[in-house]
Amino acid sequence: MRTLMVMRQGRWTPWLYMAPAIIVLVIYVAYPAIRTGLYSFQNNDGTASAAVRCAADQPCWGFLENYRQAFAGQQGQIALRNTAIWLLVMVPGTALFGLLLAVLTDRVRYEALAKAIIFMPMAISFVGAAVIWRFVYNPDPSIGILNALVTALGGESRAWLATNPPGNTLLLTVIGIWIWTGFTMTLLAAALKSIPMEIIEAARVDGANELQLFFRIMLPLLAPTIAVVMTTMTINTLKMFDIVWVMKGIQTDVIATRMVSELYLDRNNGLASAYAIILIVLIIPVTVYNIRRFGVEEAEK
Amino acid sequence: MNRDRFVMFVNRIPLNLAIIILCAIWLLPTLGLFITSFRPQQAVNETGWWMALAAARPGTDEYQTYCAQCHGEDYKALPNADLSSPDLIAQYRRSIQLSGTFNREYDGVIHIPEAQRPDAQQTADILDHLRIASGLQEAPPRFTFANYKDVLVGYSARGGTYDEVCAADGPSGTRTCDFWTDATAPNAVLRGMINSFIVTVPATFLPIILAGFAAYALSWMDFNGRRVMFAALVGLQIVPLQMVLVPIFRMYTDLGLNGTFLGVWLFHTGFGLPYAIYLIRNFVGRLPADLFESAYLDGANHFTVFRRIVLPLALPAIAALAIFQFLWVWNDLLVALIFLGNNAPVLTYQLSQLVDSLGGGWHRMTAAAFISIAVPLLIFFAFQRFFVRGLLAGSVKG
Repeated sequence: MRTLMVMRQGRWTPWLYMAPAIIVLVIYVAYPAIRTGLYSFQNNDGTASAAVRCAADQPCWGFLENYRQAFAGQQGQIALRNTAIWLLVMVPGTALFGLLLAVLTDRVRYEALAKAIIFMPMAISFVGAAVIWRFVYNPDPSIGILNALVTALGGESRAWLATNPPGNTLLLTVIGIWIWTGFTMTLLAAALKSIPMEIIEAARVDGANELQLFFRIMLPLLAPTIAVVMTTMTINTLKMFDIVWVMKGIQTDVIATRMVSELYLDRNNGLASAYAIILIVLIIPVTVYNIRRFGVEEAEK
Repeated sequence: MNRDRFVMFVNRIPLNLAIIILCAIWLLPTLGLFITSFRPQQAVNETGWWMALAAARPGTDEYQTYCAQCHGEDYKALPNADLSSPDLIAQYRRSIQLSGTFNREYDGVIHIPEAQRPDAQQTADILDHLRIASGLQEAPPRFTFANYKDVLVGYSARGGTYDEVCAADGPSGTRTCDFWTDATAPNAVLRGMINSFIVTVPATFLPIILAGFAAYALSWMDFNGRRVMFAALVGLQIVPLQMVLVPIFRMYTDLGLNGTFLGVWLFHTGFGLPYAIYLIRNFVGRLPADLFESAYLDGANHFTVFRRIVLPLALPAIAALAIFQFLWVWNDLLVALIFLGNNAPVLTYQLSQLVDSLGGGWHRMTAAAFISIAVPLLIFFAFQRFFVRGLLAGSVKG
């Protein structure tokens, strides 16, 4: 960072400029984050250690009781299982579709239009998207197009979201892929455009076919961007709340929705905080990796 | 030459087909929502949106099943019971009167034997069908704006639209039948839209202003600990929203800020700041140093430089940021759910409530959903370039 010495300023001037931002950040982000960490070891209203929440004839982890309940409780296990399903489907799913669409649309003249269509779901709210997809999955074959298709093919219509957990979570991940593919496509398309034409032309002259071109030339050059896309999607998936909350399937909770249910519906502040901490413990390593990677790229520029 | 072109065209068919199919799949769900939001209730309940243009008049199936054998396809097969005659049909104002005829004998034969009679709903559909066929009533339109009007005024009762009920029964309860009065009542979607704007506009500009000042200090002022401060402020992006909800909810309860706009503005400011500082600092830090040197030599102070040089030049970055933050806040459900809830329902909150209660049926829910996504879609298509730029500048957002 270059520094200008031309203009002197008072000792306090920089801090004056930064003070509003610092104050808001401390009150709204830094301090509450620490408080949440403390709450997660306490009972529901933060007046005593979490140990008081132990039931008499149950195993007890003392001040870690909230964490025991999060990991061992039935609801918690469902949430953890579903979060794992989301990660396993969403992260590779959005990366694959994004890559496919970036490579395909790069070759046609109506590229901008096609990209706008794929990207459109990114602009609308998750709640709006959830309404759209509840409509698609509606049990009534004269309302839901999925059941209309199934019955037209001779199958039987079903209440997709209300049956067959954990399979119904897969139907929710379809919505996630529908929303986020526009994002991954945009990042990957930008990286694709930055590959010098000479390299691709040279490979073509050397007789590489399109598949070889993709796997031997493009994919290795895109690898850093794919890594950024996948880590960012991991974070986005872990934070996913709205879709699951609004779709209200049977046993489709993820950590983020479980946490809000505990906080908002059951007023279990301690347990809710434990879920929040589990979430950030999962997120931090990925974010750190992402930011470092980003820093490396910036430095290379 | 032409042949080459043709071969190339054929070779490209699979590529084009793949893109078109994928785009169609992506568009289909939204298209269904859009079409449904313009269909009358009865049509939505009877046929899927993909049949919107093909669907027949109400009661056609029922007429075919129960009446067409004797009365004929053209309604005129029985000379003394011509169903296309308005005079005859006008005698049956309600479907119960029609079902009353089923037991009667005409020329010594029971009208409809007991085993073959339509049920109450089917009878009502048949009567609707006959009223339209005889010209007593106009065929219902395939598309209507009634759903939008219903949700804008928050009318969610079953049966009939807001206009129909107001014309028939007039004001009742909280319903005044005056559009603007009803549309600004707490549960009306227009009110939700106003609330969404009240939340979103300050929550977009507050973080940008605070971030602008901080970013300027971080890039063009000289002080100890500058890099550490930058890393600390931007590093707060790590903290997920969920992690601060509990303490802030309790703090707001103590301060009485739950359910106030101020509380939500400040919350969004806090969570918009790290990314905003990051983006603006990167942009402002890359402005040419000469610019600042000459301004300082001319005797400008920091505030003048900030106001006259930095803000105008940083407009592209600020625009990208503003669009992002606007959409982020407009589309947010979690913060609005917890800190505003029912006190000042915003659009996303109302929509989630509508989904919970299935209030007013799909024809209205799709209209409400489309209203809530219309603003982001407009902004997205109007400012697509800025949008993509903001996305590429840094993809880590709290």
